[in-house]
Amino acid sequence: MIEGYNFAYLDEQTKRMIRRALLKAVAIPGYQVPFASREMPLPYGWGTGGIQVTAAIVGRSDVLKVIDQGADDTTNAVSIRRLFANTTDVATTERTQDATIIQTRHRIPETPLREGQIMVFQVPIPEPLRWLEPREAETRRMHAHADYSVMHVKLYEDVARYGHIATGYDYPVVVDGRYLMKPSPIPKFDNPKLDRSPALMLFGAGREKRIYAVPPYTAVRSLDFEDHPFRIEKWDESCALCGATDSFLDEIVVDDRNKRMFVCSDSDYCQTRRAHGHGPATDSQEAAE
Amino acid sequence: MIAMQAGFANPVDDAQAAFRAVLDAIARPGRLAHFAAPAELPPGLGRAAAALALTLVDMDTAVWLSPACAPSADWLRFHCSARVAASPSAARFAFANAAECPPLANFDLGTNEYPDQSTTLVLEVPSLASGGSLALRGPGIETVEHVGIAGLPAGFWGQRDMLHELFPRGLDVVFVAGDVALALPRTTRVEG
Repeated sequence: MIEGYNFAYLDEQTKRMIRRALLKAVAIPGYQVPFASREMPLPYGWGTGGIQVTAAIVGRSDVLKVIDQGADDTTNAVSIRRLFANTTDVATTERTQDATIIQTRHRIPETPLREGQIMVFQVPIPEPLRWLEPREAETRRMHAHADYSVMHVKLYEDVARYGHIATGYDYPVVVDGRYLMKPSPIPKFDNPKLDRSPALMLFGAGREKRIYAVPPYTAVRSLDFEDHPFRIEKWDESCALCGATDSFLDEIVVDDRNKRMFVCSDSDYCQTRRAHGHGPATDSQEAAE
Repeated sequence: MIAMQAGFANPVDDAQAAFRAVLDAIARPGRLAHFAAPAELPPGLGRAAAALALTLVDMDTAVWLSPACAPSADWLRFHCSARVAASPSAARFAFANAAECPPLANFDLGTNEYPDQSTTLVLEVPSLASGGSLALRGPGIETVEHVGIAGLPAGFWGQRDMLHELFPRGLDVVFVAGDVALALPRTTRVEG
């Protein structure tokens, strides 16, 4: 543990400000609460929003897990985990079921979350309407009036142009039937995990200075049309390491001859399955050849 | 020389524990949250109310106090650097005794653009219980949560129902009774 910093890096005044924002965010599901985002010892884009949220909630008895694209051992996850180990001395884990706080970039773990767990999402752009309407005053008015027609038009244009809704990640959702929300750049595969989850979901956008939340057991609906219902990604392959057919797969190019393999994006899920004796399906090995 | 009651013995850890308790209470309406600190109480506030003040109130948040809570003003100024607001509508946090609760519409309910600017009301009631006659439904509740909240003034639930029409504007209430708290964010529907 590094001496000379307050517990969890942030000063108490800053934590109080973030905590007030978090309580209002939970009280108004899906609404983006402005907050006075601070400079952090990591650059914007490295999860400073999520870090500030985690710093405001973490306590000595918490067990922290940090993932980046599902993996615990990537640079971003390692850096953030080390920051909190150095400034709080809290226990860290790679096991989803052992964690009380899971900070994440771009994934929700495959292992079902339970009551009492808190997910902290790192958010680059919190405003779902931003690419459709650049003016903050306008998007704020649109949220105030629940005027989300422009998003439906965007999805319709996708259908008209490509024949399907061509959004694979950060797929827009409506929270508790009211606020349009960006679920952060998780694959749409993870959207159903947000719906009525027993865990509390907190979202922090450091550069854009917004915090929002989804309380447990709250309806989160992915936008769609009756004749173009929301569907998640499917793979013909199974994981080349553990044989899972129900997890989100990353496609990895393994040589310069276009040879590819598919593996679980959630490293803890994959390792746990392998520890339980699961291995690659024989036909998937052939497919990888 | 006026004796001033102490705040949190361990400001960092006690505030973190109190925050997680109230975060859980607002995320799961109807669940009881327990507060162990501060050890000494100011005049006019119970333990849960005092813990919430020390955790959330500072020079950026004006506080309104009902007459029964007003004796805590010096303590709030000393420990939280809080400004005391003249009216409920000017306060980010209001501490009130249930019997003295002003009409709910008198608090700041936020705006449609910034509903987060609304007052958080900390309302001291005689007792709180899980498994009472009130049925709660809404975000944070799996199916239904039953609680009992004693000592509320007549018309309180009717006034709260009226606020539902104003969503996303609204009032988030943390009921406190001594060491325990129970929160009803604006989204919670109450029957019975």
